[in-house]
Amino acid sequence: MIWDALLLGLGYNATLVTLGAGILGIAGGVGGSFLFLRKRALVSDAVSHATLPGVGLAFVLMVALGGDGRNLIGLLAGGAVSAAIGLLCVNWLSTRTRLAEDAAIGAVLSVFFGFGIVILTYIQTMSSGRQAGLESFLLGSTAGMLQSDAMVLVLAAALTLALVLILRRPLTLVAFDPDFALATGRNVNRIDLAMMGIVLAVTVVGLKIVGLILIVALLIIPPVTARFWTERVDRVLLGAGIVGGLSGYLGAAISAAVPDVPTGPIIVLVSFALFMLSLLCAPGRGVVSSVVQHRQYQRRVHLRQGLLALAQGQPIYERLTQRLMERGGLMRGDGVATDKGRVHAAKALLDEARWQVVRSDQAYAAAALRYDGLTEMSSVLTVDQIRDIDARLPAPQGVTP
Amino acid sequence: MTGSEFVPLSLVPILIGICVAVACALPGNFLLLRRQALIGDAISHVVLPGIVVAFLVTGLVASVPMLLGAAGAALVAVAAIEAIRRLGRIEPGAAMGVVFTTMFAGGVLLLEMSDTSSVHLDVEHALYGNLESLIWLDATGWSSLWDPQALAYLPVELPRMVAALVVVALFIAVFWRPLKISTFDEGFARTMGLRTGPLGLGLVVVAAVAAVAAFDAVGSIIVIAMFICPPAAARLMTNRLETQIAWSVLFATLAAVIGYVLAGYGPLWLGAQDSVSAAGMIATVSGVLVAGAALVGPARK
Repeated sequence: MIWDALLLGLGYNATLVTLGAGILGIAGGVGGSFLFLRKRALVSDAVSHATLPGVGLAFVLMVALGGDGRNLIGLLAGGAVSAAIGLLCVNWLSTRTRLAEDAAIGAVLSVFFGFGIVILTYIQTMSSGRQAGLESFLLGSTAGMLQSDAMVLVLAAALTLALVLILRRPLTLVAFDPDFALATGRNVNRIDLAMMGIVLAVTVVGLKIVGLILIVALLIIPPVTARFWTERVDRVLLGAGIVGGLSGYLGAAISAAVPDVPTGPIIVLVSFALFMLSLLCAPGRGVVSSVVQHRQYQRRVHLRQGLLALAQGQPIYERLTQRLMERGGLMRGDGVATDKGRVHAAKALLDEARWQVVRSDQAYAAAALRYDGLTEMSSVLTVDQIRDIDARLPAPQGVTP
Repeated sequence: MTGSEFVPLSLVPILIGICVAVACALPGNFLLLRRQALIGDAISHVVLPGIVVAFLVTGLVASVPMLLGAAGAALVAVAAIEAIRRLGRIEPGAAMGVVFTTMFAGGVLLLEMSDTSSVHLDVEHALYGNLESLIWLDATGWSSLWDPQALAYLPVELPRMVAALVVVALFIAVFWRPLKISTFDEGFARTMGLRTGPLGLGLVVVAAVAAVAAFDAVGSIIVIAMFICPPAAARLMTNRLETQIAWSVLFATLAAVIGYVLAGYGPLWLGAQDSVSAAGMIATVSGVLVAGAALVGPARK
C-alpha cells in the first residue's frame, strides 16, 4: 500500500495531492531559507495563524451570497487577505511601537487565531450553509478532496515554486547581506515584501494540505536541516528544496496509504526525521562529526605533550597519553622511548624552542599569534625565517634517554 | 440578570478566565522584556503531546497525570530547544519552530492513531477549550457562596487555577529583585553573583505551570494571548516595571471579563441565537487592547 502511494499508484486524486505536497514542500523549503537567513523564521507562524479569520469570513460571505461556502479558491483567497493584514500588523507593531518583533508576532498570532475561533464557533451555529468542516484547515486533510480542488492546489503550488525560482537572486542577496544590497541600490523593503509574499503563498496553498498550525514547519525545518550540510547560500537553497520536497511527497504519500492519518503531522514528522539525521550525521556541523573532531584535537594535544615530556625525560602518568604513545610506536610499555619516539620528541622540543624565540621577538608578533602549542612552525614561517630563528637558539644539549 | 442565573452560569467561568489571564500575564511581563515572548507559544503547543502521552500511559482522563504529562512535555520542549540551539548553532526562533511543530505533530498523530474516541480528548478542545461549560450547577444565587454544600461542587478547575495563580504570584514576589535585575541587565546580575541561568529556567517553568493549569480549562489559544497581549499593551503605557505589571493585570482582567460577556451575550444583542467561543473572544478583546495601546499609549514609541 505504501509502495503504491510512493509510486503514485493510489488513484488520480491521491497522485495529484502527493505531487502538490511535493511541489509545495520545495517552494516552502526554498522560500523559508530566505526567512531563516534573515533570522525571521517565526514571522511565518504569525502569517499562518492569521489566515483563520479570513477563511471563516470568506465562508460566511460566500454563504451570505447564496453559495454553499465550500469553494476552495474563495476560502484560500480569504485566508490570504487576512494573513496579509496580520503581516502588516506585525510590521506596524514592530517598527512603529517599541514592541520587539517576537512580541508583535505573538500578539498577532494569538489575536487573529482567537478571532478566527470566534468566527468558527459562529459558523457552527449557522443554520444555512453546509457544515463546512473548516476545522480541516487547522490540521490539514486531503482525504475526500474534490478533484478540482486537488488540481487547484497543484497549480497554486507550481505557481508558488515558479515565483520562488524567479525571485531567487534578489532574495538571496538581501537574505545574505542586506547592507550590501542597500548600498548597491536594491530596494530592500520591496524585496522583503516579496519574501513575505512567498511566505504568504506557501502558507495559503499549504492550508488544505498541512493545516495552519503546522505549515510553519514546512518553512522552518527544511532550511535548518540544509544549513547543517553546507556553508554556501545556494546550496542551502538547494538542500532546503530537496528536504522540503521529500517531506511533502513522502508525508502525503504515507497519509494517502494509511487511512485516518492527517496529512500535516506526517509531513512534519518526516521532515523532522530528516532534520535529526542531519543534526547527527552532517559532516562538519553535525553532532557525530563534532565529537570526532573534538577527539582528534584531544589526541593531537595529548601526543604533543607526551612527546615534550619524553624529550625532557619526564615520566608520563596520564593514561590516554600513554596509550596514544604506545599505539604510535613512540614509547614502550614500561615508559621508555623507542628510537622513533626519540626522533619525534626531539623534533617537538626543537619546534617548541623555536616558538619560544618567536614569541619573545616583537618582529614576529604576527606569527606569534598563531602559537597554540600544536601548530608546526614550518606551516607558519618560511625556511629563511626558521633558519634565522635557529641561529638564535641556545646551544643544543644532550637529551637524556 | 439576577443572581440566581448569573452565579451558576457565568460567575465561575468569569473567575476562571480572570485567574488564567492574570496567571499568564504576570510571567508574560518578564518573558516579554527578555525577548522570550514566544516561549509561551511553544509551551502551549507542546502541552498537547504531553496530555496525550499521559492519557496513553495511564488510560485515564484524570487531572493529575495530565498535568504532570503536560509539565513534562513543556520541560522536554525547553530542553530540546536549548539542545538544538547549542548543538546545531541555530538561532533560537528557528530552533523553537522545529521543536514545537514536531511535538505538536507527534501529539496529533498519537491522538489520531490511538483509540481516544471514547473519551473527551480532541485537538479542537486542546486549542480553544470550553470555558462556557464550566458551570456551577449547585448554585442557586449569591447566597450559595456561603453554602458549604454548594461550594463542594464547585468546578474543580476554579480552585486549581487559583492555586496556579498563587504559585505564579509567589514566585514573582519572592524573586522580585533578582528577576528584575537579571531581566534588565543580565551581565550586571551575574557580576552581583545572581545565578541567572537557573532563574531564567525557573521563570520558564512557572510560565509552564500557568500554561498547563490554564490549558485544561480554556485551551491553548487564550494562554498564548494572555502571555503576550496584556504585557505588550502594558509595555506601551509606562516605563516602570511595577506600573507595567499593574497595567498588565488590569488589561488581563478587562480582557477576561469583557471577552466572556461579549462571547456569551454579544450575539444575543445582535439578534443571533447562540453564543460564540469565549476563549477566542477573550483573545480578540486582548488584541483590541493592544491595538488601543499601540495607537494612544503614552509610552508607545
